[in-house]
Amino acid sequence: MVKKLLSHLGEYKKFALITPACMILEVIAETITPRLMGMLVDNGVDKGNVSYIIRVGLLMLLCALFGLVAGLTGGFTAAKASTGFARNLRKGMYDNIQTFSFSNIDRFSTAGLVTRLTTDVTNVQNAFQMIIRMSFRAPFSLIFAMTAAFLVSARIARIYLIAVIILAAIIVTIMLSAMKSFRQVFKKYDELNATVQENVNAIRVVKAYVREDYEKSRMVKACENIYNLFAGAESKVVLNAPSMMTAVYTCILLISWVGAHMIVSNELTTGELMTLLTYCMNILMNLMMLSMIFVMVSISMASAERIVEVLDESADIADPDAPVTKVKDGSIEFDDVDFSYYKESEAPVLKDITLKINSGETIGIIGGTGSGKSSLVNLICRLYDVMQGSVKVGGINVKQYDLETLRNEVAVVLQKNVLFSGSIYDNLRWGNPDATDEECKRACILACADEFIEKMPDKYDTHIERGGTNLSGGQKQRLCIARALLKNPKILILDDSTSAVDTATDAKIRHAFYKEIPDTTKIIISQRVSSVQDADRIIVMDDGRINGIGTHEELLNNNDIYRDVYESQTSERDFDATIQSST
Amino acid sequence: MAEERVREIKMGRGMRGIGPKPKLENPGAIFKRLISYSFGQYKLHMVLVIVGIIVSVLCTVRGTLFTKELVDVYIIPLIGKKDPDFTPLSHAICKMIVIYAAGVLSSFMYNKLMIYVSQGSLKKIRINLFEKMENLPIKYFDTHSHGDIMSVYTNDVDTLRQTISQTMPQLLNSSITVVSILISMIALSIPLTLVTLMMVGVMMFATKKVVGKSSQFFVKQQGELGELNGYIEEMIQGQKVVKVFCHEDAAKEQFEELNDNLFLSANNANKYVNVMGPINAQLGNVSYVLVACVGAVLAIGGFGGFTLGSLASFLTFNRNFSMPINQISQQFNTVVMALAGADRVFKLMDEEPEVDEGYVMLVNAEKDDKGNITETDKRTGLWAWKHYHKADDTTTYVELKGDVVFDDVDFGYNDDKIVLHNVDISATPGMKIAFVGSTGAGKTTITNLINRFYDIQDGKIRYDGININKIKKADLRRSLGIVLQDTHLFTGTIKENIKYGKLDATDDEVIAAAKLANAHPFIRRLPQGYDTVITGDGGSLSQGQRQLLAIARAAIADPPVLILDEATSSIDTRTEKLIQTGMDKLMKGRTTFVIAHRLSTIKNSDCIMVLEQGHIIERGTHEELLKQKGRYYHLYTGNQIAG
Repeated sequence: MVKKLLSHLGEYKKFALITPACMILEVIAETITPRLMGMLVDNGVDKGNVSYIIRVGLLMLLCALFGLVAGLTGGFTAAKASTGFARNLRKGMYDNIQTFSFSNIDRFSTAGLVTRLTTDVTNVQNAFQMIIRMSFRAPFSLIFAMTAAFLVSARIARIYLIAVIILAAIIVTIMLSAMKSFRQVFKKYDELNATVQENVNAIRVVKAYVREDYEKSRMVKACENIYNLFAGAESKVVLNAPSMMTAVYTCILLISWVGAHMIVSNELTTGELMTLLTYCMNILMNLMMLSMIFVMVSISMASAERIVEVLDESADIADPDAPVTKVKDGSIEFDDVDFSYYKESEAPVLKDITLKINSGETIGIIGGTGSGKSSLVNLICRLYDVMQGSVKVGGINVKQYDLETLRNEVAVVLQKNVLFSGSIYDNLRWGNPDATDEECKRACILACADEFIEKMPDKYDTHIERGGTNLSGGQKQRLCIARALLKNPKILILDDSTSAVDTATDAKIRHAFYKEIPDTTKIIISQRVSSVQDADRIIVMDDGRINGIGTHEELLNNNDIYRDVYESQTSERDFDATIQSST
Repeated sequence: MAEERVREIKMGRGMRGIGPKPKLENPGAIFKRLISYSFGQYKLHMVLVIVGIIVSVLCTVRGTLFTKELVDVYIIPLIGKKDPDFTPLSHAICKMIVIYAAGVLSSFMYNKLMIYVSQGSLKKIRINLFEKMENLPIKYFDTHSHGDIMSVYTNDVDTLRQTISQTMPQLLNSSITVVSILISMIALSIPLTLVTLMMVGVMMFATKKVVGKSSQFFVKQQGELGELNGYIEEMIQGQKVVKVFCHEDAAKEQFEELNDNLFLSANNANKYVNVMGPINAQLGNVSYVLVACVGAVLAIGGFGGFTLGSLASFLTFNRNFSMPINQISQQFNTVVMALAGADRVFKLMDEEPEVDEGYVMLVNAEKDDKGNITETDKRTGLWAWKHYHKADDTTTYVELKGDVVFDDVDFGYNDDKIVLHNVDISATPGMKIAFVGSTGAGKTTITNLINRFYDIQDGKIRYDGININKIKKADLRRSLGIVLQDTHLFTGTIKENIKYGKLDATDDEVIAAAKLANAHPFIRRLPQGYDTVITGDGGSLSQGQRQLLAIARAAIADPPVLILDEATSSIDTRTEKLIQTGMDKLMKGRTTFVIAHRLSTIKNSDCIMVLEQGHIIERGTHEELLKQKGRYYHLYTGNQIAG
């Protein structure tokens, strides 16, 4: 996993390598300083040699300067390496997402993908920066100080070594157990926030059912719970500081005792004792630092894992080796097709679908929610692959087409459609980047979008907000249809794309299709009988199977479901849609 | 500490405390309130914490001074002696063991106490905040974005958590440390103290410069991060459309540009943060070197009793002095941010709660042979309004029937903009009233008035003959069942969700309600049946299935009045037909207000109200309205009205 991540370092690899090197140099400079100070005391103060003091002082300043240069370089390269790493990770994920098929996208939720691209990358960026700076700095600082201590006095350095080992054992034990508790706490904490979120969203339900007190008592319980968990987890961490202090103090007192004896018996100088006392702090502080790094890095591992999941996901659907780049006509053929979204799910969404649609035909599809209407049409432009059987467009299996060719010739207006921020022209040209203004307008006229666009202040240059929030549902749907029309496709699929458009306009759009693009195969999915009743043929879907095919009259005679739906809707119209268009 | 960092990483706010400072109107007052709010209940704890901090700091300072004694008193005089006596040293070390032990213990004690103080006050904040929020009127939720409300819980409370549990004790610790070290330093040597202070000044100056520079880039980085995140969100949400239009390359191109911009500003921002460490560290070293040299010279001369031991101690003080100062200046920013968060927390707590001046209560009732109603503790299924009349000190009981009358009601969400005009409705028990009209005509608004989510400006609404302003809100709402278009369920089992309508319902009642709503068949097919856990806005159920659950939830409450606001809009026509019998059963005997755009739901209403711009422009049965050939007729036949 780490290897996969690091492969995205790319051009920032050199910076990621320079940083630790600089850190080590900085540490060296810092380790020398206390030793110089010891020498200054021994040779300068003890012997009253002022010029020696000045010389050593200058040397120490030089060390500081050296440390500064190394530290600054390290800081710069660390920033570059970590932010560059983040940039490459985002790019890597985003590029890979672009190759995802629909089923890949379904596997990750939209929110999940966004979090991975944003928060998780930031976490990894911060952790990475810390690793290349601190996780080299701390252990090296510890090792250097320890080595230097050994050089000064092995006997005293041994005390440090023992202290380090004991303290490390204690801290690791504390941290490991604390980390486990904190994971738990934060999970509960997120749950707590989720509960609040639910209450905010559903406040009308809470108030309507007079459940304020009920919710409050649940909240109090949850808060008590969090309190106990938090206090428990922090009680563990709280042992850290005293252990550290005990270790430091014990060392200091031991050194004082042993050191005093050694100085008196001439085995150690006062300056060396002072040096050793400074190293004592260095060593134990860095040990503490190391444990923090360990915790932080291990926490950010979760983010790293989520990122790698996206990077590792390989697209389910890819271009074939020798793709066909021409679609002959708009004929469609389903041959004994079975389909399900998840390989392991036992109940297929579509079962035994055999169907032939001629080029230029208009097909209506009707059926209840979950009957498989959308799934059926999604197979035509190979948004998903069939489990069994085959789907042919223009006489050739869809799996043999170049995907771009296929999807340009088979235009589908998705049920959950999206407009993007930008002008109306920008959005329309998704269908065809080279479309002229006139072509755009023509498509809009066909989709009955022209009438409302012309009423807008900036007409076709009107800016559409993100998600199309400044348009009504019906307006959005009509724009989406126009956008698909601009592809000039051989097959046009409308997946419940006029549900928010009033019946009269709906009829007008269908009429325009009939007149203006007679050669295009048109497939219209709708909940409304009125939208499909004048199609050449109507397919009635039920529970993943084709329940009946025929004209409106035929189905009225021989199909129970169709008759049911028809009767429940006779002379009915969606009120709101009608009202909206007339006000 | 570690846990804090953990959370930071988790939240992706590694660079907290840097950036533009938010403006606050009265930071002092907020600070005072925060202190008294969070520490007020823990006065004794806090006294002990402060004592603990002082003791532990003093022990540390005393420990540093011990170095001086060690060198000057216990080592140097012994050098060269033939028979050195270490007994004084052993006594001194024993004394130090006691002092150090006191330091360790008091540090442990105050840290431990601080856990209970900080977590306890956070618990208080969370609970108070939630309780206040639950009591706020619907208007508050309608006029504030849910994201903003949530951010108070997630961001602001979280910032407070950090401040109360970490920053405050650290600030206290740092300040006490600075003061006591300063005093010790002055005692040891005034000239060296001046040198140290001068270098601290240089450090602070450098920090200020760097922070100023970096905050510029941080603002830029935040902006570009926002832009990129916005783009990612938009494109990922539309990813399927991107695929359908083969728009991948174009999507990549723009992404790359934004991604590169962010990289540049993030690089700059991080660069400036990263230089701060080395600059301060090396300036600290310079300070150390200066003190070492000057001190060495002083020690040689022995000016003012300055000894080698003093130098050793002073050098440690020098090291330990700049650290807390840096901490204080860094944490100052955190405190300002926390105060901004505290301000938002307190603002939410200070919001005016929903007032309820109602005094008519809903009670269980019994009816005797003569039709007299008396109050009872038993659950009889018969309810009555207990109405106390102050004027003559009598109490009357009115049977709960579900008779709702609107008498010339005007309403506006703001006083200056009336959205409903002269609404008159009279619904006798068991009647079905339907509202028809375009979005924004005021259909939902009317239903919001019956349960007093909003209060009317003028006119009267009577429930069983009682002005609803006199009825206790909780009791009023308990007598109304409501199913909304946006079905909100709660995380929990299906059973719990249905039981929400009646907390003490038995399993049989739950199943009966589910059957009535035709939810039983699909629930049974779920792997865990009624015990299947669903999430609040869970994707595992279809919108239609969730509406069925919401209907079951209303059914189990068994209210005399039902409000169905587009309750079946996401259920396809065939399924709706299947649940129609259930809905008819549910509505039978209840006064029902229906908003729907499907005619099948409306057609058999006793009265259909056509609303337009807040006025009822037509009313009558389906047949009557058709005969009128007015607005309803045109809507129904789909013909546009001329003009």
